[in-house]
Amino acid sequence: MVWYIVRRLLQVIPVFFGATLLIYFMVFALPGDPIIALGGDRGLNPAVADALRAEYNLDKPFIVQYLIFVGGIFVGDFGTSFSGQPVSDILARTFPVTLRLALLAVTIETVLGILIGLFSGLRKGKLFDSSALVVSLLFISVPIFVTAFVAQYIFGVKLGIARTTVGAGAPWEDLILPAVVLASVSFAYIVRLTRTSVIENLNEDFVRTATAKGLSRPRVIRVHILRNSMIPVVTYIGTDFGLLMVGATVTEGIFNVPGVGNTLYQAIIRSEGPTVVSFVTVMVIIYLVANLLIDVLYGFLDPRIRYAK
Amino acid sequence: MRFNRIGTAIAGIGMVTALALTGCATGEAATENGAGSAVITTNGSEPQNPLIPTATNETGGGKILDNIFAGLVYYEADGSPQNDLAESIETEDAQNYTITIKSDATFTNGDPVTAKSFVDAWQYGALLSNGQLSSYFFESIEGFSYDEDSELTGLAVVDDTTFTVKLKQPESDFPLRLGYSAFFPLPEVAFEDIDAFGENPIGNGPYMLDGEGAWQHNVKIDLVVNPDYEGGREAQNGGLEITFYASQEAAYADLQSGNLDVLDAVPDNALATFEDEFGDRAINQPAAVFQSFTIPERLAHFEGEEGKLRRAAISMAINREEITDVIFEGSRTPATDFTSPVIDGYSDSLDGAEVLEFNPDEAVKLWAEADAISPWDGQFSLGYNSDGGHEAWVDAVSNQIKNTLGIDAVGAPYPTFAEIRTLVTERTIQTPFRTGWQADYPALANFLGPIYFTGAGSNDGDYSSEEFDSLYKEGLAQTDPEAGNELFQQAQTVLLTDLPAIPLWYSNVTGGYSENVDNVEFGWNSVPIYSEITKG
Repeated sequence: MVWYIVRRLLQVIPVFFGATLLIYFMVFALPGDPIIALGGDRGLNPAVADALRAEYNLDKPFIVQYLIFVGGIFVGDFGTSFSGQPVSDILARTFPVTLRLALLAVTIETVLGILIGLFSGLRKGKLFDSSALVVSLLFISVPIFVTAFVAQYIFGVKLGIARTTVGAGAPWEDLILPAVVLASVSFAYIVRLTRTSVIENLNEDFVRTATAKGLSRPRVIRVHILRNSMIPVVTYIGTDFGLLMVGATVTEGIFNVPGVGNTLYQAIIRSEGPTVVSFVTVMVIIYLVANLLIDVLYGFLDPRIRYAK
Repeated sequence: MRFNRIGTAIAGIGMVTALALTGCATGEAATENGAGSAVITTNGSEPQNPLIPTATNETGGGKILDNIFAGLVYYEADGSPQNDLAESIETEDAQNYTITIKSDATFTNGDPVTAKSFVDAWQYGALLSNGQLSSYFFESIEGFSYDEDSELTGLAVVDDTTFTVKLKQPESDFPLRLGYSAFFPLPEVAFEDIDAFGENPIGNGPYMLDGEGAWQHNVKIDLVVNPDYEGGREAQNGGLEITFYASQEAAYADLQSGNLDVLDAVPDNALATFEDEFGDRAINQPAAVFQSFTIPERLAHFEGEEGKLRRAAISMAINREEITDVIFEGSRTPATDFTSPVIDGYSDSLDGAEVLEFNPDEAVKLWAEADAISPWDGQFSLGYNSDGGHEAWVDAVSNQIKNTLGIDAVGAPYPTFAEIRTLVTERTIQTPFRTGWQADYPALANFLGPIYFTGAGSNDGDYSSEEFDSLYKEGLAQTDPEAGNELFQQAQTVLLTDLPAIPLWYSNVTGGYSENVDNVEFGWNSVPIYSEITKG
């Protein structure tokens, strides 16, 4: 197990260099000169533009820019944004916010999704099951920005029971509404995944054996059905956490959450190489770690994976 | 020019990061201290540059700077300048100015504001190697150079409260410019560490930062009243909390729910309804923003006499009324000149302005005349940046041109603002393209010189007309504003004939405010006059 984890961690190194180089190149290759855009509709004086280009190393060839950037990372310098802030500060400010939002969303979708999925599976074909299927289909089909606007309008503007936008410091209670919105789609998938696995496992021999042994119904459900049904669900949740860290842009925009998605979008628009690449790098690492954790979790859910070479 | 990135570069869902208000808790606590001490909450956007007056050229930072600094003059809602720190600004020839300032003003760190505070700040802003985005504001002062580091030799400190300015040539609108942020004074401490200063600026305006770190990046900035400010903009409230919003939609939702007091940007999806929803508290008035598209002479079929005919035909093929009503829900005002209705000297009845009216018959006739010179071939495409919400009107304009003139006309989207501006700057764009202008200061000349004067910095279409140039220069040399405006209007009649840019419409400022605040008035530059707003 230890070696397995170490091996997975070592994989991070080539992925890190591969991803940063690729992203840096893509930002570099974006059409248009970011410095010229700083001038707005009024053109920028060429000499001022040159001075700014030199300040951000934009006058150097691609590979030199990249090496300066990567070299900086190893001494803890992630470069500066056009507004003169160290990118490391921006990272430190935005990632915790998105992390909290993602954790909240994952918690909501996991708890609700598994519970409802389990009951649906156990009561296959009944009213509860059919309703759950309809509701989950609804959440899957409606685009997230619609869900977000509707939720914001109903709970924030009309009922006034939630903040329309997230307050300074992004307190937990303000994050609940955006987290629910974010969770809604994945919640629906988890319901369906859990339901299907539960139904499959209900007919398995080991469930029949456990029941025949005289185990109580709750114990059969908890230990034998649920545990075995969790493998595909956990995989999904792991990937989803990574996606939430990266893909909350739309929701963050609508609820004005000062998180990663928003900041990254802005940085891409401005072609701020160092900011974009730093963000993506951290995201890559989060994604890798999340996937590693999932693989380790498998071991606990299914001992066969743990002992396999 | 101070540009609005939300307007010119980005639209739609998800933009900058930002955060909402601390809201009720703060607001109520402050109200208890009595009227006049409540904090006004309002929308803003993360400043794109450090908060140094000459480094800021966009609205997000400009809104903050205008409130924490006081310049020689400030502008009333109608754009007329009032002395702020200036005791007097005198000239006899529109070229040599003697400026006297009030003697008792101080920066919020206690340092006095002297003539030297202005001269040093201007020298800093103008110096090429300092890379200041607004350095061009000093180009008319003697000694300014775009090619090398050069001292502004036209500036001289006479004594603590007096300094003189010598311009390269007479420019009568120079005093009008002095309320723009680039001309604000700086305390000496600024030059010791300009980066640190840009993060925690020390000003002399009606407001000041609420301590170190009051600027929470991407979230908000808190301003409190500066008790030592004694100019005409004394704050009638307890301070400003400017929240930076990722999207206009989020800010609008906060206004609807009462979390926000004043909003100066209504999102497109609410334009049709916001006036019904806010009634008297809705704002929709023309702004000092001129929208157009430019057809450079270097493009085939657009040079010389043929080009003139074709430009006029295209202009007359566009139904501006219809587009401003249908697509913009009345949040634009059809253009009748090259400036803006909020500027002194604006006219809706210039000679030749009929070229801006929808007239399909005349358009077809002119187009045929042009075809007689050289037959039209190919496609008319109009370049725009698709990250700026321009698609709808570009498509409408293209369709109208297509239907009226019977030619193939389409929009040509470029993904980003940076891309199209680069192509425009490098003169490699091979199609007509959209252009816009937001005034720096309320003067006709500011809409004309920088864009249409031969060789000017924003003359994207490389327009050149001796007649226009001489009328413009003559206008600048007048010391009587009336006489000056007369000449600027004449200069515009030249533009109406040549149409170096096709005027489309003026943007309106759209906004609204909550029931908690009173005395909300928007200035000539579309920004609410915050110091006058009362709450509670």
